[in-house]
Amino acid sequence: MTDFTALGVKDIRDGVAGGSFTAREVAESFNAAVEAAASLNAFIVTTPDHALAAADAVDATRAAGKDLGAMAGVPIGMKDLFCTNGVQTTAASHILEGFTPQYESTVSQNLWDAGAGMLGKLNLDQFAMGSSNETSYFGNVSSPWRKEGSNAAMSPGGSSGGSSTAVAARIAPAATGTDTGGSIRQPAAFTGICGIKPTYGRCSRWGVVAFASSLDQAGPMARSVEDCAIMLEAMAGFDPKDSTSLQMDVPNWEAALSADLKGKKVGIPREYRMDGTDEEILKSWEQGKAWLRDAGAEIVDISLPHTKYALPAYYIIAPAEASSNLARYDGVRYGLRDLPEGAGLQDMYAATREEGFGDEVKRRVLIGTYVLSAGFYDAYYNQAQKVRALVARDFENAWAECDLVLAPTTPTASFPLGDKSDDPLAMYLNDVFAVPASLAGLPAMSVPAMLNADGLPLGLQLVGKAFDEQGVLNAGLAIQQRAGFDAKPEKWW
Amino acid sequence: MSSYRIQGATGEWEVVIGLEVHAQVTSHAKLFSGASTEFGSEPNCNVSLIDAAMPGMLPVPNAECIRQAVRTGMAIEAQINKYSRFDRKNYFYADLPQGYQISQLYHPIVGEGQLLIDADEKGGIPQDKVIGIERIHVEQDAGKLMHDQHPTMSYVDLNRCGVALMEIVSKPDMTSPAEAGAYVRKLRSILRYVGSCDGNMEEGSMRADVNVSVRKVGDPELGTRTETKNVNSVRFVMQVIEHEANRQVDLIEDGGTVVQETRLFDVASGTTRSMRSKEDAHDYRYFPDPDLLPLELEDSFLDECRASLPELPDAKRARYESELGLTPYNARELTAEVETFARFETLLGATASAIGKPEKAVATQVANWSLSVAPGVMKSLGDEANPANATAEAQASILKMQDAGEISGGQAKEIYEIVLRDGRAPDEIADSEGLKQVSDTGAIEAAIDAIIAANGDKVEEYRGGKDKLFGFFVGQTMKAMQGKANPAVVNQILKGKLDG
Repeated sequence: MTDFTALGVKDIRDGVAGGSFTAREVAESFNAAVEAAASLNAFIVTTPDHALAAADAVDATRAAGKDLGAMAGVPIGMKDLFCTNGVQTTAASHILEGFTPQYESTVSQNLWDAGAGMLGKLNLDQFAMGSSNETSYFGNVSSPWRKEGSNAAMSPGGSSGGSSTAVAARIAPAATGTDTGGSIRQPAAFTGICGIKPTYGRCSRWGVVAFASSLDQAGPMARSVEDCAIMLEAMAGFDPKDSTSLQMDVPNWEAALSADLKGKKVGIPREYRMDGTDEEILKSWEQGKAWLRDAGAEIVDISLPHTKYALPAYYIIAPAEASSNLARYDGVRYGLRDLPEGAGLQDMYAATREEGFGDEVKRRVLIGTYVLSAGFYDAYYNQAQKVRALVARDFENAWAECDLVLAPTTPTASFPLGDKSDDPLAMYLNDVFAVPASLAGLPAMSVPAMLNADGLPLGLQLVGKAFDEQGVLNAGLAIQQRAGFDAKPEKWW
Repeated sequence: MSSYRIQGATGEWEVVIGLEVHAQVTSHAKLFSGASTEFGSEPNCNVSLIDAAMPGMLPVPNAECIRQAVRTGMAIEAQINKYSRFDRKNYFYADLPQGYQISQLYHPIVGEGQLLIDADEKGGIPQDKVIGIERIHVEQDAGKLMHDQHPTMSYVDLNRCGVALMEIVSKPDMTSPAEAGAYVRKLRSILRYVGSCDGNMEEGSMRADVNVSVRKVGDPELGTRTETKNVNSVRFVMQVIEHEANRQVDLIEDGGTVVQETRLFDVASGTTRSMRSKEDAHDYRYFPDPDLLPLELEDSFLDECRASLPELPDAKRARYESELGLTPYNARELTAEVETFARFETLLGATASAIGKPEKAVATQVANWSLSVAPGVMKSLGDEANPANATAEAQASILKMQDAGEISGGQAKEIYEIVLRDGRAPDEIADSEGLKQVSDTGAIEAAIDAIIAANGDKVEEYRGGKDKLFGFFVGQTMKAMQGKANPAVVNQILKGKLDG
């Protein structure tokens, strides 16, 4: 059996369409790789039959001479936050263990409609709350990367840690992610892959287990900018079932990809030069500037003055929304129910939620409940909303001077599992560079830049104007071409 | 001012009342889901994935519900807020799958408006009174718990869950049970005119939270209020106020204090009891629903809403008086309910065209018929009446014969009875049942002559000045004519013969 697992989305799509190989061969190859990589714990459930059925349908369509979809023949990993019809959907929680939706999320349906198949449901931080993939009820995900000279299991980032691991380990050519405050970009950076969070509203949230509704946004994770463009195009689109969905046509991003940045101005926000940022990260940032300049862009210094308030505001708004969004997991209609002998309704709620939610989820529900409480609402939630508006305005002002922002994706490279799990604040700091774009609802992407001295990947982040995914992808492509990042983790699993 | 007072041991007390009326919006689908709103379906048959709060489900506003709320706001002359938004009211209960109710706390769709309650001397409302309305907001209804299906468990029916409600909040402008009753009746009438709520209180389409406080007459400070929840009839609203006001006065006069609390009304005893006090009131943690964008209403939408409004009760009533010349009483009675004015207007048109006179000329006759004669006949027949026979055509035909003097008022009733029972045509009944007045002067004259001859003494007394006896002669004549004589002709001939 030929091994197709080195191929990405575009290669597979074009190979299947051109008849170089069949979709079934590709699906079988990835199914086998998934099975062999169980020790990474990237998947909560695997769905080889789904991948095969989709592949067979594509092969049949091609045989019949009919048009193939944009993702035809590409088997992907689906973050287990997307509801999938007939396939268990858990959000990596105990409270939803065994929950099998009778409906398909809009984004996953769009992908199936485009000819993709599903290898399985990917592990994540529980309810997408976490930055290291250590809060899953189904166990940590191990990054395929290791520090040079160490066998310590490394974090794949979070919350889309199953997605980043699967793509980096070549057990999936691409995967869906969701990004609330960096959950696509940070894991992409940690694992040397690409990931884009589009403008808020590009991808429907219908059927995606909600974490923080005003921030949640789905996006693709893959190994190249081109692959991200292709997959995002398949995922995005107006959905009347989501009131916050953008009523706009989806551009043909792939066709318009261009690494020529002449006439573009790239802003370097001085406030992102924070204490505690790794020297090598700063070095990669300098390198990024050089690459973009080389691609024809002009580099300009800009100010995003409210940056330092973004993270605290995020950690008020996101938990506030989460505390309300997660109220539906109450043991009444589906999922876990813990009904102690003689218990009343309130006892059932307490027991079910005590048993069903992990510590990090409980922490955020408590924070969210607190900041929305009578007497604290103005001081926390309202204040945070004002900060959010100021952060968004910072970007609006910046667009007078530049077309894009270049920044590091994360303040450090990946860290060993367990390193920060006892220190939530240190963990939250992982998202310091990612959160502003989330609060502002802007498209943002991480592309791999280089390896650090430990042999771990570092990512660079591009933030664009609302709806300008094209500008972000193009700059990403310019970096990709110049970085020539082709490092891959040595297989140890 | 209302003169409603509670006589306490320490003096006179007045009552301050505010009402929050929850009115179910008339629409086929729920506020944020496509599920049906039909009443009386099997439990959990009208439930969408959204209503059941399945993971990842999102609300999408139903434009018809928004339209109905706006039209209602316009009907109470309220400010329509072109910008409004939805907030989440968070609390846990088994009839609330999301764990929050989507409501509008901070930016309601309808702002201040007003409603006129009509003077009702007998009912204790000496003059018309304007009651202020604070706001109308739109929100989701909850489901229903059923505690009688299982010995140890409760069942949940989510059919009603997510149905659109308008919460119509009055100002604390009412000062007697009668005013509160009149307010609810008038509000119900307006909602039904507008068609935004069916006003069916038995089915729970309309229910009120009743806020009551008391204070010494003349005291500028408001007392502490209690809120009695989910009162579902006008009579109960009045009972709650009566009971609460007296309970609060007794409590204060006995040295106690009124606690701000939520109370429940017990229909059987006509009393209220505490449900929860302010201390254990929920902290609802309201915040803007991040799943929903703010509602921004366009002028064209508002124009359409306004254009679609029917003539409303106050305007209709004024027109009935000024254009149709009806008495204030008739005008009020005819305009109180949608069905009443609809029947009246249909019959008025049919009668005017049958008789060939303008509507104004026959309006009083039709009004009296509609308000008193026709309902009286219908009531006396009970089950024997087939309401389907009460067509405007048949009634107009009776009124036409009456207008022409062909039948008397009594005969009209008799004919209508037969119409209601058998559905036969009124003219045919009048002919074949002999229910027509005799206007033949010869026959009437003969009868009168005989009566005058037989009652010489009475004739003398009458001519001697005892005018009242004229009625006696009319009665005798009608009796002799078996009630079929045209009274006008009888009067005319009698006058001639007695006075001449």
